[in-house]
Amino acid sequence: MATLIGWIVRAVVFGSVVMYGAMGEILTEKAGHLNLGTPGIMCTGGAFGFAAAYAYENAVDNPNFLVCILVAVGTAFLAGALAGLIYCFLTATLLVNQNVVGLTLTIFGVGVGKFFGTYVIPEGAVSTKAVFANKVFIAKIPGLSGLGIVGELLFSYGFMIYLAIVLAIVVHLFLSRTRVGLNLRAVGENPATADAAGINVTKYKYCAIMIGSGITGLGGVLYVLDYGNGTWATASGDAIEALAWLSVALVIFVRWNTLRAIWGSYLFGLCYWAYNYVPTLIGVNVSTELAQMLPYIVTIVILILGCTHMKQENQGPAYLGQSYFREDR
Amino acid sequence: MSSAEHKLAIEMKNISKSFGHAVANNKVNLDVRYGEILSLLGENGSGKTTLMNMLSGIYFPDGGQILIKGQEVTIRSPHDALELGIGMVHQHFKLVDVFTAAENVVLGLKDKHSMKQVEERIASICDKYGFEVDPKKKVYNMSVAEKQTLEIVKVLYRGADILILDEPTAVLTPQETEKLFHVMNNMKADGKAIIIITHKLNEVLSVSDRVAILRKGESVGTVETKDATESSLTELMVGKKVELNIERPLVKDRQLRLSVEHLSVDNEYGAKVLKDVSFEAYSGEILGIAGISGCGQKELLEAVAGLQSTAAGSSIRYTAPGAEPEELLEKNARQIRECGVALSFVPEDRLGMGLVGSMGMTENMLLRSYSEGKSPFLSMKEPKHLAKKIKKELEVVTTGINTPVRKLSGGNVQKVLVGREIANAPSVLMTAYAVRGLDINTSYTIYRLLNEQKKKGVAVIYVGEDLDVLLALSDRILVLCEGQVNGILDAKTTTKEEVGLLMTNLKSEGGTSHA
Repeated sequence: MATLIGWIVRAVVFGSVVMYGAMGEILTEKAGHLNLGTPGIMCTGGAFGFAAAYAYENAVDNPNFLVCILVAVGTAFLAGALAGLIYCFLTATLLVNQNVVGLTLTIFGVGVGKFFGTYVIPEGAVSTKAVFANKVFIAKIPGLSGLGIVGELLFSYGFMIYLAIVLAIVVHLFLSRTRVGLNLRAVGENPATADAAGINVTKYKYCAIMIGSGITGLGGVLYVLDYGNGTWATASGDAIEALAWLSVALVIFVRWNTLRAIWGSYLFGLCYWAYNYVPTLIGVNVSTELAQMLPYIVTIVILILGCTHMKQENQGPAYLGQSYFREDR
Repeated sequence: MSSAEHKLAIEMKNISKSFGHAVANNKVNLDVRYGEILSLLGENGSGKTTLMNMLSGIYFPDGGQILIKGQEVTIRSPHDALELGIGMVHQHFKLVDVFTAAENVVLGLKDKHSMKQVEERIASICDKYGFEVDPKKKVYNMSVAEKQTLEIVKVLYRGADILILDEPTAVLTPQETEKLFHVMNNMKADGKAIIIITHKLNEVLSVSDRVAILRKGESVGTVETKDATESSLTELMVGKKVELNIERPLVKDRQLRLSVEHLSVDNEYGAKVLKDVSFEAYSGEILGIAGISGCGQKELLEAVAGLQSTAAGSSIRYTAPGAEPEELLEKNARQIRECGVALSFVPEDRLGMGLVGSMGMTENMLLRSYSEGKSPFLSMKEPKHLAKKIKKELEVVTTGINTPVRKLSGGNVQKVLVGREIANAPSVLMTAYAVRGLDINTSYTIYRLLNEQKKKGVAVIYVGEDLDVLLALSDRILVLCEGQVNGILDAKTTTKEEVGLLMTNLKSEGGTSHA
């Protein structure tokens, strides 16, 4: 039983990192932009969020709980949004090919994250830990988390796990119920139509991509300060990158719906961590590498099933990946 | 009628616009009054759409003045245009497929109405002018006519009192066109200014009050419709007299070429797109195929060309001159082509099928002959020769045979496409929408080409949209309705109304087909 609970808890934390990335990517894709820079953005967010939290707790004698959250989360969001701004300027204003810019941004973002992260690590060491920030990020809900199995399964997580769920619901309601959300979807579906309807396509793209990238950045800080035990190591950048690609896969898996991303991301987490828990649970040894492929395999199967019988609403934005220029002939 | 009738809605003065070196509009003047319908007439590439796009904020003029209600204005974006009360219904609908009608209507609006209030307002607009729109219907479930209605409702909802309709009738059946003209007259009576772009002269004459004519990007003049005739308008438009009669030469000794029996095609969702279609095509004959768009024309032609998988029980037999019938369904697309069955399909975007936009004419010719010859290298000699021949014989306007065909105007692209298919000397020639979006002059060139083929003993299958043309050009007309053959008529004796009725009303099942 303890193994099962341990598996689920691990999967939820892991999944939440992926969920942030996926939500960011969904917002971006709804504006018609395929951002393959997600790993880079998440890595930048994680590195700067960690660095800010680390600097804060080392600078003051009595670090404050709330200030720590604001500093870490705020910096991660900002760093992500700025990385998104680079992407947006290149693709939405200069109309450079989105795939090329995205992939380049991944390389660039991971590099930037590792470069600045290294500055924080003391000379001679391979990693360093933000002890207080880690405590803040994994603080369980007092009282409720002590309620036996229910408490462990539902209330034993840091605040960012719940924030992810709230955000998923908010983003979903925003996209499906509000006029602004409707306009944003129109931009991704058919920018010429949106333009003709008087929607400022460029403004919508910048807002959606920058906010989306900021949310992706939050995934990075969650990774470092909670999932990664508050430790930034020289290899953290690569680890975030590997995980962030799952976010891009999750977007397709949940068919651009952030509500589905909640359980989808946890399922990814379960698949990813199966190698560590399933052998104990059923007493059979599974190869780690094979087991960790599961989320990708699930995505591919969904794609195959989906491409034949998918309702039009469940498909990606029609104009995804294409540049829009009003006077194009 | 109110005094608004004579008030000027739009004045465009000396408007110019160039794209690179190409001059689309050169010092064009145009004026429209409230309470009138103005037709904007001109050949392909004469700059009609460009001119209108400057009113709707898609393009920004290089020079000239635009006055709305007597005030000089600057229209920088579609948003500005809407603020000024200008609404344009584009040739390619600007609708989001996965949205409902109501969602499309409110797109980009800043009002605070709930969806229910929006639906009520849509209903009241529909009542006022006689539209039919289901606000909850998704656009991808709509027919072309429904989409167009929605586009018009959309601009009216936004309070437009100047409406621009870019070739609204190109995709409608006669009945639908009549309905459209009816609501246009209602809007006119309500004091709105309406500009309609169309190629069809009979429509210009029947619906508009005045006609403005553009030729090669310049305004040729504006005439009162009551003083105009089809030939006077054509002369103004083309700059010379054009023979407006479609020939229907009678070819004797017709032979069976194609025999289609019980042809059924399922789409990817398992629904029947074609249902038990049977017909025959003869040499020396043009078989017209009529039907509202998307009721199986594309699948029918593709099935014959071997590009579409067919349901069990289907049979398509081809009889080459002096040979035994062969079953085409057992062959692949290339074998069918080698038999002499050619398909020249003109899709909506013209370059989507058949031609590669970034290649020149020569290389596009090569696409049909690449498998010929034994050498591993391509032989450019034949295709080059053919490209030159087509350019000369069909008067293709291009800077050179190696200019990417993407840069050619729509009519010239179509000539290249049809020319290449004809060059293979097919014995069955299928064309779909060969004159879609083409101006009068070019259309008649295409009709002449098809007639020449017919006289040579080719069995021509012509899928068309314009019923007047279908009636004049074809020998027999096959009417498709919901993927079924709803009648095969003699084009010499039938009427437009009869064809239109068959296009929209499926005869009850259990009729002759089951006897």
